[in-house]
Amino acid sequence: MTTVAEAAKGELTPEEQAHLSDRAKGERRLGWRLAGPAFIIMLLVTLYPIGYAVYLSLFNYRLTDPAGKKLVWLQNYATALTDSLFWQAFVTTLVIVIVTLIVELILGMAIAMVMHRVVWPRRTLRTIVLIPYAIVTVVSAFSWKYAAQIDTGFFNHWLHTLTFGGFSETYNWFGGRWSSLAIICLSEIWKTTPFMSLLLLAGLAQVDSAQEEAAKVDGATWWQRLTRVILPNMKAALMVALLFRTLDAVRIYDNPYVMTGGANKTETLSMLVGTETVSRVEIGMGSALAVILFVIVLIIAFVFVKLFKVDLTTSGRS
Amino acid sequence: MKRLRPPRRGIALAAAMLMATTGLAACGRSNSGSGPAHLTWYINPDVGNADASKGGQATLAKECSDASNGKYRIKVQLLPNSASDQRIQLLRRLAGGDKSMDLMSVDPAFVSEFAAAGYFAPVPQKMVATFKQDRVQSSIDASTYDGKLMSVPFWANTQLLWYKKSIAKKAGLDMSKPVTWDQLIKGAQQTKTQIGVQAALYEGYSVWINALVTGAGGKIVENPNATYENIKLGLDSAAGKDAARIIHEVASTGVGGPAVGSSTETESLNLFISKKGGFLVNWPYTYGAYTGKDKSDVAATMYPETVKGKDSRPPYGGIQLAVGKDSQHPDLAYQAAACITNQKHQADYMAASGNPASRKGAYNTAEVKKAFPNGIAAEIRKSLDAAAARPLTPYWGDISTALQQTFSPPKSVTQKTPAKAQNFILNVLNGKALL
Repeated sequence: MTTVAEAAKGELTPEEQAHLSDRAKGERRLGWRLAGPAFIIMLLVTLYPIGYAVYLSLFNYRLTDPAGKKLVWLQNYATALTDSLFWQAFVTTLVIVIVTLIVELILGMAIAMVMHRVVWPRRTLRTIVLIPYAIVTVVSAFSWKYAAQIDTGFFNHWLHTLTFGGFSETYNWFGGRWSSLAIICLSEIWKTTPFMSLLLLAGLAQVDSAQEEAAKVDGATWWQRLTRVILPNMKAALMVALLFRTLDAVRIYDNPYVMTGGANKTETLSMLVGTETVSRVEIGMGSALAVILFVIVLIIAFVFVKLFKVDLTTSGRS
Repeated sequence: MKRLRPPRRGIALAAAMLMATTGLAACGRSNSGSGPAHLTWYINPDVGNADASKGGQATLAKECSDASNGKYRIKVQLLPNSASDQRIQLLRRLAGGDKSMDLMSVDPAFVSEFAAAGYFAPVPQKMVATFKQDRVQSSIDASTYDGKLMSVPFWANTQLLWYKKSIAKKAGLDMSKPVTWDQLIKGAQQTKTQIGVQAALYEGYSVWINALVTGAGGKIVENPNATYENIKLGLDSAAGKDAARIIHEVASTGVGGPAVGSSTETESLNLFISKKGGFLVNWPYTYGAYTGKDKSDVAATMYPETVKGKDSRPPYGGIQLAVGKDSQHPDLAYQAAACITNQKHQADYMAASGNPASRKGAYNTAEVKKAFPNGIAAEIRKSLDAAAARPLTPYWGDISTALQQTFSPPKSVTQKTPAKAQNFILNVLNGKALL
């Protein structure tokens, strides 16, 4: 099994490669034959649109004005990267990513540990935890919007009651940038924490309970066991969970679209791409923004994989 | 969940496939055989929406289908509420070559954009005279792009100056003569009343700005047929500054009401209905929608002048009918358009929906005079003759959004705002700024 696992890793030095056994070579060929067709289709359906978007991004091109199509090289990128609207959307997106990621990680870890320890009713509990994740994002966005709105909402009513009238019952959550973002983040956290906790639960299951017990016998405190034994042992799962959620959060669209429509500086990068491409039908500028968003996602993935040494092929193993 | 046993799974699968194929068949009906052709008419929401018993566009569709002697049947499809959502939906289908785009109700603000993109089937030469016959000039202008009639004038909207007779009298204003914005502002201040305007961040604000600029003899866009590189704007001008001054005064003196920056047609109408309301610029539906106590106190006159002595140019709105380029029955669709916009249907539609007709003849009918009493029908007709459409450029969507953004909030508008807006619009059009 070791050879197979190592072969699957695919990062062997030339020296090691020369010593691959015939069986390993055969396994590798079989692997390519099995995964090849899927790989080619993946390339076709993803590479072509990406390449086309890169090509379109070099033009000043409006769908309703085909005659005005003009090659402008990198001007769209220069415009986007020097425009205050782009950076405003960038900051909005960044705030959402950082806030939701931190809260989701802590909450997700707590829920995962509860799910890991609880014996009865394990299955029911796991199902309940998953409910928010099963709800369509647009639906959950509308629920949170109605819950926070002045006329239909109950947030203000509760906050008003709980603070003995200290909180105004007519507070407009969607009237300002930060209060709107607070609701957007809350909704996002509620929605995706289950995903995080499931990934972390898988990581927790990999932790050797013997090590934990040994630490306990040695007199380690709960905190020491968490930081010295559990977390290092589930680092791979932790990093995969973080990577997935970061990439997901960077592309956030539906929640802010439903709740504010981008008002009060709450437009995210994805929404900006949507506005330029769908409402303004400025295909060139929209494509340039989409490419920029794509590059941001690539950079994040690169940072995670290279700097934090996340190996996606061995998630769950240390 | 329990797994379905194979036979039941088979039935479920067959049922699903059957549903899928019938669904496809319904979509791809081509009518190449005998029987009436099926025309789809994308309508904007009105009095009846898809209900054919209320006198709205659905009723016209039914009556024209019946009158076609079995040549065609019109099915209506309801578009979203807001003009910008309507635009996106129509645009997507038109750009995608949807064959069902036989007839559509298009806001005049987007007619030029679609026409310039070649999304409309050309109006048959022999029908041009029919579609121009007896129409108010502003509605023909709004249907014309680059010198050619591109769509059919359907209904024609215009804004009037609504006022309460008692308050105008108290303010010492002679409403039988044209009044200026300055007189109105002064009159409202004297009587401690308010003027309803539309200045929220939406298309209605652009309508107001355009009316003020054109009223001062200016033009927001000097050469509407130009490409984005050669387009010339006329905002940074005396007319632009006159417009900015009036907006600033209305907002900063408080006569525009406390929430002028978030005021749309509905809010401004409510302001007019309230005790503090004295004046209002709004579309003709105002009369029908006025729920105040003394309706006989409400009257309408010509839109206010931007500059004293210079005739005002009231805003033009309404709906044009267009036929999509990929329609399978363009000739029948234009025949249907002729039926929809004939004299009788124009009068019926105006009386039932409150949306003014583009045909002059409709205003002399008894049913229209009953729906718009006290000489209001005649005022609408007069206003339509003077009305100016928003710039008929394919880039109006972007220009309008950029305009609204630079002129918001209305309190912050200064004499420098028009120049700033002009700069920003040109940058946006040339891909040098994001919107």
